Amino acid sequence: MSEFLNFHYDVDGENFVSAGQASVELKKVLRRLGFPPETIRRLSIAMYEGEINMVIHAGGGAADVDIYEDKIVIRLIDHGPGIADIDLAMQEGYSTATDSVRSLGFGAGMGLPNMKRYTDEMRIDSTVGEGTTITMTVFITK
Amino acid sequence: MKISRIKELLEAEVICGEEADLEREVHSACGSDMMSDVLAYVKDQAVLLTGLVNSQVIRTAEMMDMVCIVFVRSKRPNPEMIEIAKDSGIVVMATKKRMYEACGTLFANGLNGAQV
Repeated sequence: MSEFLNFHYDVDGENFVSAGQASVELKKVLRRLGFPPETIRRLSIAMYEGEINMVIHAGGGAADVDIYEDKIVIRLIDHGPGIADIDLAMQEGYSTATDSVRSLGFGAGMGLPNMKRYTDEMRIDSTVGEGTTITMTVFITK
Repeated sequence: MKISRIKELLEAEVICGEEADLEREVHSACGSDMMSDVLAYVKDQAVLLTGLVNSQVIRTAEMMDMVCIVFVRSKRPNPEMIEIAKDSGIVVMATKKRMYEACGTLFANGLNGAQV
């Protein structure tokens, strides 16, 4: 890898059934590139939670993944309602998801905390009414 | 514990998975209907017990490299879910037992939960 590889995924906000497809694709790419299984799992879960969040809360969005020699950066960009109180949203168990989302097995208030747990760095930039960008970085340990 | 032993203990029906896959070993288990709770827990070669039926159950297991899913209370996956599971090489079973009993049976026979 001379510089970096970039992969772009669109996340369809209408379809809960297909949610997670971008994560499946990313996982395949990372496997092909020969990253350690633990790294792949951490990135896949973080990406998957992010994807589910975009479908549940933001009507979809996009994911850009930059793969460098020493790190992988995932940027999740949506134009949803934004997050009013980021500290509150980061609390385990806090969720604004509806009962219908909960009946599908999500909305336990674990999405953002899980994304933070599985990545080395996470930054949330959000403006109410405009959208949210989440940047997550996982460093590759040789 | 081998997947075949889980099948035996839970009197489960195998919905998808090859004979050879049933000989795979699992080292831990997780029982939940909340996929976000499942995703908060990472452990190698695990089995997921759940009463939730939708394609995100299979995707969650796939993301976590889980090798086996057991649907409790006679719940059954739809054909689409079975296809995703087959693609990912995940063994899918269904048992009549309820969640509490299914988890208890596996635990009592030596399959531990994840270290918290």
